[in-house]
Amino acid sequence: MTAATAGAAAGTRRVPRTVLAPVRDAVAIAGRNLIAYRRVPQLLVFSTIQPVIFVLLFRYVFGGAVQSLPGVPYVDYLMPGIFVQTTVFGAIGTAIGLATDLKSGLLERFRSLPMARSAVLAGRTLADLTRNVFVTTLMVLVGFAVGFRVHTGALPFLFGMALVLLFGYALSWVFATVGLAVGDPETAQAAAFPVMAPLVFASSAFVPVETMPGWLQPFAEHQPVSVTASAVRALVIGGPTTSYVLQSLAWSVAILLVFAPIAVRRYRRAV
Amino acid sequence: MSDTAILVDGLAKRFGDVVALDGIGFEVPAGTVFGLLGPNGAGKTTAIRILTTILAPDGGRAEVLGLDVVRQADQVRQSIGLAGQYAAVDPNLTGRENLRLTGRLAQLPTADARVRADELLGRFELTDAADRPARTYSGGMRRRLDVAAALVQRPPVVFLDEPTTGLDVHSRNALWEMIRELVADGTTVLLTTQYLEEADRLAHRIAVVDEGRVIANDTPVALKAQLGSTVIELGMGDADRAAEAGELLGERLAAQLEREGATIRLATDDGSRLLIDVLRQLGDHELAPATLAVREPSMDDVFLALTGHRAEDAAAAAEEPAGRRAGRGSAA
Repeated sequence: MTAATAGAAAGTRRVPRTVLAPVRDAVAIAGRNLIAYRRVPQLLVFSTIQPVIFVLLFRYVFGGAVQSLPGVPYVDYLMPGIFVQTTVFGAIGTAIGLATDLKSGLLERFRSLPMARSAVLAGRTLADLTRNVFVTTLMVLVGFAVGFRVHTGALPFLFGMALVLLFGYALSWVFATVGLAVGDPETAQAAAFPVMAPLVFASSAFVPVETMPGWLQPFAEHQPVSVTASAVRALVIGGPTTSYVLQSLAWSVAILLVFAPIAVRRYRRAV
Repeated sequence: MSDTAILVDGLAKRFGDVVALDGIGFEVPAGTVFGLLGPNGAGKTTAIRILTTILAPDGGRAEVLGLDVVRQADQVRQSIGLAGQYAAVDPNLTGRENLRLTGRLAQLPTADARVRADELLGRFELTDAADRPARTYSGGMRRRLDVAAALVQRPPVVFLDEPTTGLDVHSRNALWEMIRELVADGTTVLLTTQYLEEADRLAHRIAVVDEGRVIANDTPVALKAQLGSTVIELGMGDADRAAEAGELLGERLAAQLEREGATIRLATDDGSRLLIDVLRQLGDHELAPATLAVREPSMDDVFLALTGHRAEDAAAAAEEPAGRRAGRGSAA
């Protein structure tokens, strides 16, 4: 083309573009996001201390007053709810992280680079999924320490955890949309809470839906946090699982199908 | 294709009701520094965002090295580097990690990205701080890291959006030096600035931008020449001597003259000629001035003359950094 092109760009070798290029870019971004947890341990400490406190509170303070399912120790009822709640609260991190990147100008730099357009969101949600694996594993250990037991087997239990992680992953895209829409970390946090609170508390996560007022029960029974918690509960305690598992899967897939395109569109228009 | 590195023609962009770019146009020859000078909100940042493929224009066309920034965006991205108004580095990554990440995302092989990161850390005097998280860096260090990140893929065209905003004098001078080195290596640099001095010092050519349009496009010297006058200011010590000197110079010299207390001011198109004449006349009549100042028109004067308002006023009016939020409403 011109002397300028040849002059300055000469000597820059590039990885050949293949179908794997977007994966490589997403992994690079995910790695970058995960380093933040290592460098700012507070992020991880606070996002794990809070669910631990919930476990202790509900197990030892409120638990005695809660009417669990017949024949099921409350701790076994509680822990599946805690797993789901942990991933829901954790998903705020997606919103805060993206809003921070947007505000700092980092997204602008990324968009000026010859990288896959999908990488920022794919990498961010991948990092959040990795964090959820870590945090839910920790919560399982905490659960075991306070008396939680799996009554079925390793496979149904792992399948249940996979449902929780899938749901958390789907939620990451919801909160990615929120983060990009508000563009400011503090606002992202404030905006996320009203979305989460009814989902987590008006659900079967901590107390059986039957104890709630009649008008609330239809919502509480069928909303995604409840069906996922109920699915995990059925998988670890025993009993009919198919309906809840299918409902949970349907919710997660539907959320992904709706919010992934919205988040991607938001990302294209952001900055 | 000739030697035009950047071509902007009739570029338009609006955000809702706000017109950010209103048919802006300019050309940047390869291997030169081009300055976009204007107050906050003039449209400089929007122009840079379009040229770096971050934003799509509403109208007009923009090319980098002959590549259309909309239709050939991906090729453009392989040829450019961008350092924005706010050092866009990840505060949690070390300097080295920031540069390696940028390298990987620029599709450099991992090994090359490592080598390049080390090279740039050395060149930008960040080697000692290379393994500290960037959030521990001073403002100047962050900005250097940001500029280094813009250079990772050895781009032939570099965009620097207000690169020295918020820097102390030492860091600013260091950055200016780096920009000169880049250009010496053949890189084309488009820089925006609100600092008239910066454009004056660095740019081969300056486009003065106001309200999304180019209102002047010339060399710094020519822009200043448009304004004409050199001003000579004589402090005569007391009003009597000033009156005497004023009368004398008024009779003998063809220059605009004004007297204010003990001070005499003369304005002319030919400053050096006038200075010689003034000093000769005063010397012959034992009226040597106590103080003497010669003032060339500054870029501020140019700006004021072209836009009718001072750059500082406009900048103060838009104190909130409009740039960051340009995508969601305001123009920058």
